[in-house]
Amino acid sequence: MGTFPRHRLAAVALAAVGALLVTSGCGGGDDAEDGTTTLTVDVFGQFGYEELYKQYMDANPGVKIVERGTGGNLDEYSPKLTQWLAAGKGAGDVVAIEEGLMVEYKANPDNFVNLLDHGAADLKGNFLEWKWNQGLTADGQKLIGLGTDVGGMAMCYRTDLFDKAGLPTDREEVSKLWPTWQEYIATGEKFKAANTGAAFLDAATNTFNTIVLQTAGNAQGYHYYDTSDNLVVDSNPAVKQAWDTTMAIINAGLSGKYGSWSDEWVSAFKQSKFATIACPAWMTGVIEGNAGPEANGKWDIARVPGDGGNWGGSHLAVPRQSKNQEEAIKLVKFLTSAEGHIGAFKAKGPLPSSPQALEDSAITEATNAYFSGAPVGRIFGEGAKTLKPVYMGPKNQAVRTEVENAVRTVELGQRNPEQGWQDAIANAKKAAAK
Amino acid sequence: MALQLDAHPPATPAPRKTRPPRSGRLSRIDAKYSPYLYIAPFFVIFAIFGAWPLAYTFWVSLHDWDLLGTDPTFIGADNYTQLLVDSDFWHSVVNTLGIFVISTVPQLLLALWLANLLNRHLRFRTGWRMAVLVPNVTSTAAVAIVFGVLFGREFGMVNWMLDLVGLDPIGWKSDRFASWVAISAMVDWRWTGYNALIFLAAMQAIPRDLYEAAAIDGANRARQFWAVTVPLLKPTIIFCVIISTIGGLQLFTEPRLFHSGTNAIRGGPMRESQTLTMYMFENAFAPYYNFGYGSAVAWLLFALIAIVAAINVLIIRRLGAGARPKIGGRKGGPQ
Repeated sequence: MGTFPRHRLAAVALAAVGALLVTSGCGGGDDAEDGTTTLTVDVFGQFGYEELYKQYMDANPGVKIVERGTGGNLDEYSPKLTQWLAAGKGAGDVVAIEEGLMVEYKANPDNFVNLLDHGAADLKGNFLEWKWNQGLTADGQKLIGLGTDVGGMAMCYRTDLFDKAGLPTDREEVSKLWPTWQEYIATGEKFKAANTGAAFLDAATNTFNTIVLQTAGNAQGYHYYDTSDNLVVDSNPAVKQAWDTTMAIINAGLSGKYGSWSDEWVSAFKQSKFATIACPAWMTGVIEGNAGPEANGKWDIARVPGDGGNWGGSHLAVPRQSKNQEEAIKLVKFLTSAEGHIGAFKAKGPLPSSPQALEDSAITEATNAYFSGAPVGRIFGEGAKTLKPVYMGPKNQAVRTEVENAVRTVELGQRNPEQGWQDAIANAKKAAAK
Repeated sequence: MALQLDAHPPATPAPRKTRPPRSGRLSRIDAKYSPYLYIAPFFVIFAIFGAWPLAYTFWVSLHDWDLLGTDPTFIGADNYTQLLVDSDFWHSVVNTLGIFVISTVPQLLLALWLANLLNRHLRFRTGWRMAVLVPNVTSTAAVAIVFGVLFGREFGMVNWMLDLVGLDPIGWKSDRFASWVAISAMVDWRWTGYNALIFLAAMQAIPRDLYEAAAIDGANRARQFWAVTVPLLKPTIIFCVIISTIGGLQLFTEPRLFHSGTNAIRGGPMRESQTLTMYMFENAFAPYYNFGYGSAVAWLLFALIAIVAAINVLIIRRLGAGARPKIGGRKGGPQ
């Protein structure tokens, strides 16, 4: 051992370090040699694009598509996306942006390719007008993203539990049970009295979200922020009204208190622990994923109490840091074409934001076998073309989080409704100021 | 009598080959500078991954810096002054210290006790020693998820067992103190064995004759432990306390994964078990994206760790001083 000259050892070490630096420095050079381009698509939840990718790759042999994040929740996805954008590295070539966060991403449009520079203007007619506008910056000069789905609303319910509780199970009759939220609560009380061992609904926060988007959409068209971006949580009657309705639901003891998207929530799906869940169109895919094949045919879809509304829906954008911008833009255009919308709907249920797709018989006549063959296209599609969207202000996500948390504290009995409301207002103001 | 079982004779140094005399600048440069080259990797890596982020974080903390924004504005110490009156910040400080105390104290005591047991003549000694380290090898994420399920409100095993003995279920995730206990249980499970092995290593360096002398003086096992083992372990105990302080005050993965679903970063609807690092994350990233404010939290966390570590060391020094045995001066093994 001692015979190895020391300086030679040093030279070897240096060379090794050098080699390491060289190889790691060139690590980024991807598969350009064999002529294929790999496009990474970042999503959350269920977008239902698998079949579409296959089609696209067949038509474009030079492109390989990799999707990341399927099934993940938005709370985990959005910080990651923000970090990638802030770091200038790491984001996919195509990224999904949820409507609630669109406002924040739009405020810094230079993180994204302006799709108007790439002929997107011609596509305007392919999208519901408000959906198109959501992707557009305030000055109308830059288009960040093209619309994927919208969140037309309904109420999903378990026929087996309704049967057990002596309630009707047919979707038309169930819809008639609850034209309003008051009647939904009355039905819930009947359900509760039957002692099925299951709660009437999953979590008050989910229901609150549905109600607040409904009441706001049908009133001024905004909830936490007015259209001049002033925080109006405490003065907007739509918010208070939704709050009070939710408190009535909690007071009636109807909620299973399974924090939405938590492990307990998923277990509760599997163990049939609640009978109804407010379901925007995209939620049907989530329900199927969580409740699993054992619950196949036990779910059905009825009308949502109240007057329709919109919850959720996303856009697809191309970050400026993408090295394959041209290819990525082509893919975005394909995925948000009428054909793309229909394909995604068939796979996982997100409702198209394309009027052409909404009128297509593939949607209007679509049924969902998992949900007892419910005519999902008709149920969700009906309201989608006429629904009034809710305006989202600059710190929408942070404010919404605070209000939802306040709902949760009341639901868990940590706060009474009055204290909860005070918390909601105080914390929302604090969040908006951060 | 097994004296100095673990001591080996000093390894005889390999016979040194006489180096051919080499003159010339190259060899002088080699002799003079290559040691620096050998230790350089640590300092280079530390500069890149330690010092630079530290300085940069400080720079960021002086700005109003939207994570996505392009034009941060310099606001001096504003973030710090705001933070000092931020009740949520202090709430998270209390949580962090609370979880730290109820996890670290029993953890180190338990580790000491375990190490003392492992230091005896057991069958399958190596097996036992390896076994205590197993929890530490498992992934934190897996541990946190499993514990999160065990401590579930409705489907959790702990509440199920409480129910069996006729007790009311506990809201492990929505009660402040209960959530501290649950998270501490997780931390203890994972780190007790690790600390025990460190203590064990130090115990084995204690010369056996000290125990023999103590035994001749009539000290029983417990007395030997407190009068000989503990005082001689003091440097090791201080080391473990500092390491646990740093780890404990930076606790993130366990409480973060203990809560699942929307907004898990808050550690419960009323921030029941939100630690400082979680509060930092909440501010710097989702849902606030306030990079400057988050960085200020990071720096205050740094200050807090320094303070707590200093206090701990002082306390341990004091404790040790009174209990120092007279034979302690005879360190160094058999003559």
